[in-house]
Amino acid sequence: MADTATEAAVDPANWTCPAPLRDQPVVVMGHGGGGALSAELIEQVFAPAYGNPTLAALTDSAVLDLGGARLAFSTDSYVVRPLFFPGGSLGDLAVNGTVNDLAMSGARPAYLSTAFVLEEGVALDVVGRVAQAIGAAAEAAGVTIATGDTKVVESGHGDGVYVTTAGVGLVPDGVDIRPQRAQPGDAVLVSGPIGLHGVAVMSVREGLEFGVEIASDTAPLAGLVAAMLAVTKDIHVLRDPTRGGLGASLNEIARASGTGVRLRERAVPVPDEVANACGFLGLDPLYVANEGRLVAFVPPRHAEAVLAAMRAHPQGGGAAIIGECVEDHPGMVVAATGLGGTRVVDLPLGEQLPRIC
Amino acid sequence: MKYIDEFNDPDLARRLLDEIHATVTRPWALMEVCGGQTHTIIRHGIDQLLPDAVELIHGPGCPVCVTPLDVIDKALEIAARPGVIFCSFGDMLRVPGTDRDLFRVKGEGGDVRVVYSPLDALDLARKNPDRQVVFFAIGFETTAPANAMAVHQARRLGLGNFSLLVSHVRVPPAIEAIMTAPECRVQAFLAAGHVCSVMGIAEYPELADRHRVPVVVTGFEPLDILEGIRRAVRQLERGEHRVENAYPRAVREQGNPAALSMLEEVFEVTDRNWRGIGPIPASGWRLSETYRAYDAEHRFDVTGIRTEEPAVCRAGEVLQGLIKPTECEAFGTACTPRTPLGATMVSSEGACAAYHLYRRMPGGPAQRGSRIPREELNTVG
Repeated sequence: MADTATEAAVDPANWTCPAPLRDQPVVVMGHGGGGALSAELIEQVFAPAYGNPTLAALTDSAVLDLGGARLAFSTDSYVVRPLFFPGGSLGDLAVNGTVNDLAMSGARPAYLSTAFVLEEGVALDVVGRVAQAIGAAAEAAGVTIATGDTKVVESGHGDGVYVTTAGVGLVPDGVDIRPQRAQPGDAVLVSGPIGLHGVAVMSVREGLEFGVEIASDTAPLAGLVAAMLAVTKDIHVLRDPTRGGLGASLNEIARASGTGVRLRERAVPVPDEVANACGFLGLDPLYVANEGRLVAFVPPRHAEAVLAAMRAHPQGGGAAIIGECVEDHPGMVVAATGLGGTRVVDLPLGEQLPRIC
Repeated sequence: MKYIDEFNDPDLARRLLDEIHATVTRPWALMEVCGGQTHTIIRHGIDQLLPDAVELIHGPGCPVCVTPLDVIDKALEIAARPGVIFCSFGDMLRVPGTDRDLFRVKGEGGDVRVVYSPLDALDLARKNPDRQVVFFAIGFETTAPANAMAVHQARRLGLGNFSLLVSHVRVPPAIEAIMTAPECRVQAFLAAGHVCSVMGIAEYPELADRHRVPVVVTGFEPLDILEGIRRAVRQLERGEHRVENAYPRAVREQGNPAALSMLEEVFEVTDRNWRGIGPIPASGWRLSETYRAYDAEHRFDVTGIRTEEPAVCRAGEVLQGLIKPTECEAFGTACTPRTPLGATMVSSEGACAAYHLYRRMPGGPAQRGSRIPREELNTVG
């Protein structure tokens, strides 16, 4: 315990925590979790080092003006374990993830690159299966793999296969989709049930069995976005709630736009199997990863028509309006609970941790 | 599996709330013992829906929060050693020791693993005979039987590379400590259902009688909590102090005999330090003589640990129900989940974390529910 002299010297306003996770001198897993630690890494390490206005927008894909044509450009690395899981594989994620990041700018994805980091000793058969999955997913998403690269690292220095993809696509005229455009009154839509991907991967990785097989929702969303844009080009925000889940995406949008988000908890489509698995593990479905879902902020006058278009599309059959953008509590997400209370839905710190009991 | 929806039903909740509102005539202070109950109350906004006269005081039942700092520091030291695989439930990884946490040890190269069951750790010991596998055995009566089973199996299999770092605690001595504290304001308890599903309810009638407090065994879904509150308030209004089981779908009077015999076989009762509260006599378990060889504290030399608690942290008072998290000067400013001063802000079951996570509305509900002064509460019985 601190002695009296130390206690008297404490100034709560300038207190420095004795265990400041913020000042971790090493990378911890939470830095890749898509939550507050990830955001800090970008804001405090990468953005200052690269510093430019294009990057400062911090959107899923950058929109670049190339002499009149607007090009969406995005890149992402995929390190999922296991490589194959119910409903998908590393290859599917590597294509769909980048295709979806492009689609979240309203772009029509066109070309992808792939870069493989292979660990010495991995069976060529496994690499072949990943490559085939990439080819099939690219065909399904309507994109062409235009270029690529391969590196091999020594045994023990990798996790089998890592894949990085980058992609480009064209943003149609009149489309301006970015988180800063959310405004009070906007309806908040989600394209289907949440949490399936995260629970599916966790169930295989940790050897957990929940009585029913839960398949990942991984899917390309560019077609769904095109169907939504056919209703109106005036869609304000699109986001695919991957790492950090719906909760993190809504927080990012609320912060970027300076508006509040009011969520109706009972309107959020959470499948029974996800709710049960999360209950068992002590996790909140709002923070579980998705790979084939999007959240959209749409002006209220277009909300019903956009919802109908989503529901008519194969990737949006379970779409729902889950809340709205409000002037109250700017920058925060607040949920109306099923019982009639309210609660804040915060940005998760890092990855969710299973509770003790 | 429709349990979750059924125990969230807004119509049933409304009926229970109406009955509570109709029953209450005077101010009452109820303590929910378990952090899981606190989590449900705050997450669903149950405290916002109760009559102003019913105050919920959050109890000490967060296993992560009450694990003493010196045990965390021992865990950190063992986990950092080469040749050790240190296994823990997930929510212990962020709990700050004196100068770091298990995540940091992992980031610096320690082999720290999250497991979902102590039997998974046992399995790791079987598969890694050249490594020492240590499981961080913390928690209340709920987690103790499975941990006891793991060490029992290790002994049966002759596994010399498996051990437990034990910091188990027991609920009834904590209730006794709370009730005998001079500043205690608690008038009824919502006992933790999962603890009673293991231990039964035999330990409670004597406590309820001696301190003249109703004890209602309660589950963890929103309707479970509301039903527990309804029954507790009804007893208080009638001047009764009985033990009631409002969680019969999980709790039998005699508990779980298999779990109880496993506990008796492997553990023995000992005095324990509770983080933020201090020593409570006979409030913990340690490995019995037969199993002492599987105690990580004996296997690894971790003496000479020096600990230092942050001076401004009032987690101890939160854990004893003396203040609400928002009454701590550091809450939300110096102390947040990212810069936690105490374990109550780290653990997902901790009261401070629950308030910070769900109640940070400026001028909003976090400010509601300030405590009722002791003099305004009614005398019981």
